[in-house]
Amino acid sequence: MEDNEITVFKKVESIAFSILSPTIIKKMASAKIVTPELYDKEGYPVDGGLMDSRLGVIDPGLRCKTCGSKLKECSGHFGYISLARPVMHIKFITVIYDLLRCTCRDCGRILIPQNKIQSYMGELKSIEKESSPEERRIKIKEIIKSLKTVNKCPYCKSRQQKITLEKPTTFLENEKRISPIEVRTRLEKITDDDCEIFGLDPNSIRPEWMVLTIMAIPPVTMRPSITLESGERSEDDLTHKLGDIVRINQRLFENINAGAPEIIIEDLWDLLQYHVTTFFDNNVAQLPPARHRSGDPLKTITERIKSKQGRIRHNLAGKRTNFSARTVISPDPMLSLNEVGVPKVIAMKLTVPERVNEWNIEYLKGFVETGPSNYPGANYIARPDGKRKKITDETKEQLLEEIQLGYVVERHLMDGDIAIFNRQPSLHRMSMMCHKVRVLPGKTFRINPTVAHPYNADYDGDEMNLHIPQTEEARAEAETLMMVQTQLISPRYGLSIIGAIQDAISGNYLLTKEGRYSRRDAIDLLLSAGITDFSKLSKKDVVSGKNVFSVLIPPDFNFTGKSKLGEEMIIKNGKLVEGVVDSANIGGGKGLMLRNIHKKYGETEAIKIIEAIFRLGTAVLIKRGFTIGISDADLPQEAINKINETLAKARKDVEVLTKEYHDGILQAFPGRTLKETLELKILELLNKARNETGKVVSDYSNKETHMMIMADSGARGNLLNLAQMAACVGQQAMRGKRIEKGYNERTLSCFKKGDLGPEAHGFIADGFKKGLNPREFFFASMTGRDSLMDTALRTPKSGYLYRRLANALQDLKVEYDNTVRDSSRKIVQFDYGEDRIDVSKSDGGIINVKNIIKSIK
Amino acid sequence: MKNLFKKYEGKLPLKVINDLKENMPKNISEAKLKKILEETVTEYNKMLVQPGESVGLVGAESIGEPGTQMTLNTFHFAGVAEMNVTMGLPRIIEILDGKKNISTPMTEIYLKKPYSQGKDIKRLALSIKETTLKEIVSEFVVDIAESKIEIKFDEKKMQDIGVDYPVIQKSIKANFKELALSKKGDVITLKLNEKEKELNQLFKTKEKIKEIYVQGIKGITQVLPIKKGDEFLIITAGTNLKKILELDFVNKPRTISNNVFEISSVLGIEAARQVIINEVYKVIENQGLNVDIRHLMLVADTMCATGAVKGVTRYGVVKEKSSVLARASFETPIKHIFNASLIGEVDNLNSVVENVMLNQPVPVGTGLPGLITKVKRS
Repeated sequence: MEDNEITVFKKVESIAFSILSPTIIKKMASAKIVTPELYDKEGYPVDGGLMDSRLGVIDPGLRCKTCGSKLKECSGHFGYISLARPVMHIKFITVIYDLLRCTCRDCGRILIPQNKIQSYMGELKSIEKESSPEERRIKIKEIIKSLKTVNKCPYCKSRQQKITLEKPTTFLENEKRISPIEVRTRLEKITDDDCEIFGLDPNSIRPEWMVLTIMAIPPVTMRPSITLESGERSEDDLTHKLGDIVRINQRLFENINAGAPEIIIEDLWDLLQYHVTTFFDNNVAQLPPARHRSGDPLKTITERIKSKQGRIRHNLAGKRTNFSARTVISPDPMLSLNEVGVPKVIAMKLTVPERVNEWNIEYLKGFVETGPSNYPGANYIARPDGKRKKITDETKEQLLEEIQLGYVVERHLMDGDIAIFNRQPSLHRMSMMCHKVRVLPGKTFRINPTVAHPYNADYDGDEMNLHIPQTEEARAEAETLMMVQTQLISPRYGLSIIGAIQDAISGNYLLTKEGRYSRRDAIDLLLSAGITDFSKLSKKDVVSGKNVFSVLIPPDFNFTGKSKLGEEMIIKNGKLVEGVVDSANIGGGKGLMLRNIHKKYGETEAIKIIEAIFRLGTAVLIKRGFTIGISDADLPQEAINKINETLAKARKDVEVLTKEYHDGILQAFPGRTLKETLELKILELLNKARNETGKVVSDYSNKETHMMIMADSGARGNLLNLAQMAACVGQQAMRGKRIEKGYNERTLSCFKKGDLGPEAHGFIADGFKKGLNPREFFFASMTGRDSLMDTALRTPKSGYLYRRLANALQDLKVEYDNTVRDSSRKIVQFDYGEDRIDVSKSDGGIINVKNIIKSIK
Repeated sequence: MKNLFKKYEGKLPLKVINDLKENMPKNISEAKLKKILEETVTEYNKMLVQPGESVGLVGAESIGEPGTQMTLNTFHFAGVAEMNVTMGLPRIIEILDGKKNISTPMTEIYLKKPYSQGKDIKRLALSIKETTLKEIVSEFVVDIAESKIEIKFDEKKMQDIGVDYPVIQKSIKANFKELALSKKGDVITLKLNEKEKELNQLFKTKEKIKEIYVQGIKGITQVLPIKKGDEFLIITAGTNLKKILELDFVNKPRTISNNVFEISSVLGIEAARQVIINEVYKVIENQGLNVDIRHLMLVADTMCATGAVKGVTRYGVVKEKSSVLARASFETPIKHIFNASLIGEVDNLNSVVENVMLNQPVPVGTGLPGLITKVKRS
């Protein structure tokens, strides 16, 4: 990108796949390999050896003998060996098998009469046109299958013999072996036209190329050797394998020339076949894999490409990047939503390239002068010809002289630079958002707590990655498409994903519910939330919390919403007139007030208000004090009695049910056994009992406790949590049933056999505050472990589902004619989602007509 | 007023217009209505997708991301305490895989008028259920000396499901032509013919007779009449939609099974698409998650685009891709590359991964438009 004047940009238009012909292998090769030796006594590569210096360079300082370039500039060159005897290519063995069986052994024609060929060809062509090449492949398979029974050539009328494939690479005709030479001559006889029916492209492929007579040797750059600490050289697996091939090949040559007995030649030939086969694929079912001396199987070509760690998924579809950083994250509510706090040490390592021009030359020289070890300085300068120079304290004077227009200065990261921030697993697009850099002291990345939700981050040691886009184009794109404020609405369901959390919610709840402040205190609060305009604050000496909150709201905002507990919340002309604010209005997800602000005033205003609300909430809590204690779960004696009553009644009911069951009075549900029916009924009964205790807790608990405030405002926790602490943990269920595993006919050895009572099957009658007894604790641990297992098993499953979905759908896009098409331009949908609405721009997936009707007066 | 709505039919989706009609206050003035409609059109135009938007990936993210939050608990009691239904992540995987045999096939049979109010509901339900002989038999007696089998029937059970002796005799005869059959009271006696008088044969025959199909619809293993709202319907475990739709008391348009493949063969591909959407949506909703239906539509449409239901697997949707590298980057890369080389396939680099591999801009979103400028030549 840097040097438009000298670089020619080329775009790869298409890639064609084909098979290398012997001629091409010879043509593209720059060396013929004849000896298995690698280096001579001095340690230099042997000419004609596998590390021949004509195949590329892997040692620093040397130059390639073919192209003259240095290490990393020369991408390597192929070589070749000519095999003493032809050898089958393992990957094409099934194709060769099909070809042999379906062509005449004498004249080489396909076993289909001339008049039928035309109709087959037409059929194949139309299939390929209408669906994929894959479908065509299936049809070809069908045709081949139908040819198996033909035993007379329709052209030369000769009888066909039965050919079988003895895996992996041997063909037998009437139990007699066909040598690869014979196979090759037969394949040579097949005409181009016939090849087409087998699905081979006659323009690029001849079937006989699938039997190798000469073999391409991959360049050394593809199989570099590693120099160990001891100075010893350790060769790549491929080099080892190639060495085997060359060695056996040479021996075979010698034996043939010496006129050795046929049996020895055959043996060597088979050995050569084995080595060539394992060179391509070391995991062939019938062959023992080739191994190192240590016993590890060699990693040959197929293993290099295949699987997650292979070339395609590891190096091509996913790549490593420079200009990135990673460290622990921590929260900082004083940062803006779209900022990220970057430690100074990181800011001094990451750089932004800036091109020198007439207007900024002095500005950029300033950075160079500061040098790399002071902030804000610069680390490198780059000349227009692409040569990069490191700035050090020694060289900086000289470089300062050198800088001219057109140079590029790589300066340190500064406030306001664009960065892309990411946390794995990157499950949705909000996992990678663009932030503005704020260089801060310390050693962690700092983010605004509200933005943790889309990243699914917390601060218990989570680490995140930071990337600095290096081109103007990338920066512009990141800023306009990935900035935090553009991602406020989730494309999954069309509602805001960022909203106030935890303390911010309970703080604002308290503020708007009971807040009364002196005007001084109110101003103090607002100032700590970063508000300096107090014109909306009442002039009276005592100000209500609602009034303080209203200061944050734009003056012409009207909104009516429901709070979490179902009360109305009304904002009229930017004033909170009635109700309290809680998670239902300022939280994420269904935080509707935020959604409306976002819609009316735009994203920039929305994030400002979210920030202010957050800071105000925490400021209120700091001023008021907010904590929970064990006494928050205290209940009056009356409530405790009631809970005990409920539980006693439930126990009794279970007893009655069990008795009915034993007496045979119990009616089974249709399609269920009596035992199952009993279990279901007991489960229902006990769940009901737990819910009742929960109700008692909510009736009697003190609404003033901070625990209840958190639950009521939706900041954290709910009634169930409270009830489990104060009253009763409830039934522990596994797979939708009571716990029944363990000993014979009982769950634990402290119970009687056949005990069907609540306690014996995992009902926990005590609350967490009172504490569980050992068996209750055991049951709680069982369900705890079960859910742990569930998570551990689910993650890979859902990950794989996601990968498949992403792979299947990745190339679908909306075209200019509003249809949704895939990469071959096949129409998948005529209108996206039937109405062309973009979910991330919609109102929860719809157009909210009610609001529109209301807004038009 | 109606005319005004009509005028906007091309400008707004039908669903929005209906929504408007529903929510419009009565006796609204023409001018105001026009204003509202205009406002809606502006809103709608703001919400339109932009060309180049990578809707596929957004859809995949929207379904894949909540997958991590779903429970793995396979079984869930669907409303009624009596029937198990696969729910949660396994069910979604099952649907999107395009599995032919799903783990809990189910049909919801809606009934025609008098029956939907509960008339004869139990009898109807039982008449659908596949009944084998052993379910209505109270006793088998094997007489070794005479080499005959006596089958004693439970007449109460027979009455419950509405079978009589002629039907039973017929079905036995249809299965065992060579047996001599005689009936006496509630006992049917079967006598083996002379050739097969071996003891083994006798027991084998007995076991076979147990499994004789008597009545009902094959594949329906369990029936359950339930009340939903103010109408009765029958839920069955096991499906055989084709046969069920032939019954005359069934409300055909509403009766539906949860087996995507069955639906596509009985009702066609459009119905299958709808079932995929509904079933996935049901699971997601059930888990308390929120995913917009458009994402599901897109997945269902890709699965059904070829006219047959294709799963989101390397044998289904991915196999249909035109690009060799895109297929190779998913699974079994070696196979795809070698097959491509045989037919001299050309990858035109039209989609995402190929271009990622080559470090080139991808042709979606901002990578789509090109810029043409006039360059001043000096």
